[in-house]
Parts: sequence; structure tokens; C-alpha cells
Amino acid sequence: MRLVTAVLKPFKLDDVKTALEAFGVQGMTVSEVQGFGRQRGHTEVYRGAEYTVSFVPKVKLEVLVDDADAADVIDVISKSAHTGSIGDGKVWSTPVDEVVRVRTGERGAEAL
Amino acid sequence: MPPIDSGDTGWVLVCTALVLLMTPGLAFFYGGMVRAKSVLSMLMQNYVCIAIVTVVWVVLGYTLAFGSDVGGGLLGGFRFTGLAHQAEPVPGLTLTIPPLLFMAFQLMFAIITAALISGAIADRVRFGAFVLFAALWSLVVYSPLAHWAFSPEGWMAKYGVLDFAGGTVVEINCGAAALAIAIVVGRRHGWPREAMPPHSLPLTLLGAGLLWFGWFGFNAGSALKADGLAVHALVNTHLAGVGGLIAWIGMERLKTGVATTLGAASGAVAGLVAITPACGYLDPMPSLLLGLLAGGACELAVQLKYRLGYDDSLDVVGVHFVGGVIGTLFLGLFATAAVNPAVVHEGLLYGGGLGQLGRQAVGVLAATAWSFTATYLLAVAVNRVIPLRVSHEEEATGLDQALHSESAYDFGSVRSMGRIG
Repeated sequence: MRLVTAVLKPFKLDDVKTALEAFGVQGMTVSEVQGFGRQRGHTEVYRGAEYTVSFVPKVKLEVLVDDADAADVIDVISKSAHTGSIGDGKVWSTPVDEVVRVRTGERGAEAL
Repeated sequence: MPPIDSGDTGWVLVCTALVLLMTPGLAFFYGGMVRAKSVLSMLMQNYVCIAIVTVVWVVLGYTLAFGSDVGGGLLGGFRFTGLAHQAEPVPGLTLTIPPLLFMAFQLMFAIITAALISGAIADRVRFGAFVLFAALWSLVVYSPLAHWAFSPEGWMAKYGVLDFAGGTVVEINCGAAALAIAIVVGRRHGWPREAMPPHSLPLTLLGAGLLWFGWFGFNAGSALKADGLAVHALVNTHLAGVGGLIAWIGMERLKTGVATTLGAASGAVAGLVAITPACGYLDPMPSLLLGLLAGGACELAVQLKYRLGYDDSLDVVGVHFVGGVIGTLFLGLFATAAVNPAVVHEGLLYGGGLGQLGRQAVGVLAATAWSFTATYLLAVAVNRVIPLRVSHEEEATGLDQALHSESAYDFGSVRSMGRIG
């Protein structure tokens, strides 16, 4: 099993979710996060005092998938989140040792 | 005593309520500008002024301000202590409203002037210390200055300083006091290196709107009659608020390329501050000019704290002190008896020479020197009894949790709460 994690532009979340559902993904976890990559922050001005806001709002999407699906899921996410402009984000996957469905106690791929 | 006029009384009753509303308005104007972790403490400091200053005023403050002069125009006597003898006329004034109503109207001014100071010391002052400071400040600093300028028996009024609704007593007074206490209290940890942006500008704009609304009562009510002068004051007040808004966002646009909502709210307030002493003595067009002047000047003045190194957190000095000075001096140029027969010497630009400008300058200097010195000494004294400053940890946590055991914004997500008592 693998955990696919993506940090994306918030306004692309709906497209990504739709694409993942079409692919057959059963669930996902989303959180609002802040950070920066090559896209830097912005400037705000309050009574003439300028502040640089270094972190840009992003959404972080996490999906647990079977090993066989990981490459495809990464593909689906990166295609559906693509705008071509700076700040589109990143997708990566990491190995997962164990998954348990809390309700039934199922383990491993059964619990996905 | 002339007979009580029902129209005048009705108008000043309404204005008293309007001026009361300015303090909650100020609370939200300020509250939006502080960080989310200390917004309740800011609201609380303003609301508690309503309570504490009222008690001080009815017991002793009013009589020190408007009681019969004890000598030299420096202080009122004790005849109205505890609101005694309210059937008697207010010394020096010929009113067509009940003296008790005049007392209540003036009370609202005393409340908001004390509350205004809180903006300079946001996010870092202990509640109990602030309560003690506000109570004493109202009595020791505000009441004497109100006597000097607002009571016809006060020395500034007799000398011929014009102050229709509180350029010296309210605006210069709160601004100079704000500077003094900000110096005594010291900077917020991290200021000015760390960004401390406003947490809710909608609150600030709502508060500015309530202030603007209430300011009609503040200024036009200061005519103490429902007459042409009140109308004049209201129109002038509005024009100056508009001028301030336009000038401030215009300056911003030139300097940084953007017009901001905080700039619009600040500019309106700056214009309204500046017109406060002048609204009952000016023609409408000079009032618009005054608003423009104040909006532009205050936009520049709020940058001073970064150069001089004092943390006047919400720019009480840059807006109220500077705006108050500009408005008070402006009268020396544009005051005219055509608007108000109480103007004895026409302004410089109406052919009256430099005399009135000189009198206004004396008013500015006296109010500034008195307020700054007396407030500084009072703040140092209070600091000995109850330290004004919270601990570093409390400041970092935020005053809402540290001092009031509350949070302003509970979005009910991860935070888990269980009842323990």
C-alpha cells in the first residue's frame, strides 16, 4: 500500500476530486495548508506598513491506495490539477506499512 | 434660566444616545485592527470605560469640569458632587435643555475620550491596571481640561480658544495621553519587526461607520440646540469625513499603488477628528478642505512611530493627536462669525489677522502639555500600584485567554471542551 500526497492550488481541488472519483478512489483526506515553493508569497499593506506574506494557501490531499494503483493515481492528480502556471504544486507517494479500518478491524488492502 | 425647549431637549437626548454608540463603534474599529487573540480585551477596555467613567463622572468628574470655577479658570467647584443641585443652571451657560441632560451629553464625551487611549496600548495591558488608570485619568486629566475649554468659566474658553466639540478636550487630549502611556507601557514584543496585521477589517469598517454615525451627535449636538448652527455642524462634519476618506486613499494610491479599506476607514476618522473643534465655526467648503488636509496629513503621520520607535499600536497619536491639532489650528484661518456669532475674531483668511491663530496655538500647546505630562505621571504612578504590563507569556498567549478566560472565535473544529464546573 502507498500514501499518495498532493499539495495543490485550492481552486483545483474540485477537479481533482472529480477525477479521482471517476478513477475509482473511495476516499480522501483534505486539509488547508500554507507553504511556498517556487511561487513566492505576496505583499499586504496596512496603513502604509508593507508586509510580505511568505506562505501561500494550498490544499493538501492524501489518498491511501494499493501499490498497483499508485502510479495511476499520481497521474490522475497531476493531470487534473494542472494549469501550467507557477504554483501548481507537487504530488508524491510513500510506502505504508499497515492500514486498519476502525469500524470492522479489516487490515491491509481490505481496509482501503 | 430660559425656559426648557422641547425641540432642543429632544435633539440633545438623541445626540446623547448617538455619542454613547460611538464607544462600541470605537471598540469595533479598534477590535478589528488587533490580533485575533486579543480582540476581546480591546472590546472590554472600551466597554468598561462606559461603566467606570460614568461612575467617576456622576460622583465627581462632572462637578470638577462644570461646577462654578474655583479660581483662575482651572477647575470647577464641588457644588454638583454626586449630581447635586441639578435644578440650578450650569455656570456660564444659557441652556434651553435641562442641566441634567447637559451632564449626560458631556458624560458620553468623557467616556469615549478615555476609551480612545486604549488603542495605543493594545495587546499588552492588564485589565485591572487599565480600569484603575481610566478611572483616575478621567478625573485627574479629563475633567480639568474639560473645565478649561468647555466650561465658559475655564481659562481657555475665556482666553478665546475656540473648540466646538472637543479638538483639545477630546482629540488632542486622548492623543497626547496615548503617547504618554504608550511610552510608559513600552512596545509589544516583536514590534516593529514582526507583522501584526489587523485580524478583521470588516469589524474595523463597521466600527468606523458607527463612529461616523455617532459623530453627527457628537458635533451637531454640541450646538446644544436644534437650530441652524447644529445643521451647519452636521454638514461640515460629513464633508470633513468625506474629505479625509478621499485624501487618505488617494495618498495610498500614489505611494503604494493600492487604495485600502483600512485607509478609507482611517481617513474618514481623521477627517471627522479634525472637524470636531471646527464644525460650528466654518463654512462648508473650508470643512471639506480641512477633511482633505487631515486625511493626507494623518496618512503621513502614522508612519512617524516607526521612525521614533514608540508603539502606538492603533495610531491614536497619528490620527487623533495630529488630526486634532490640524483642526484646532485651522480655525485660526477659517473661523467666521457669519456661521457662529460666538466667533469674536475672524480667521486669518477672513481678514481677522493672526490673533485667532495665536489663541488656537495656545490652546493646542496647553492641552498637549497638560495631557502628556499629567498622563505620564499618572501612568507611572498606576504602574507602581498595579503593573500595567502583562507577562511576556500572557502577551504571547493573547489577552483574551490570559486575562478574560475566553476566546473570540470558536469554530468548533478540533478544540475539545469539557465542563469542569
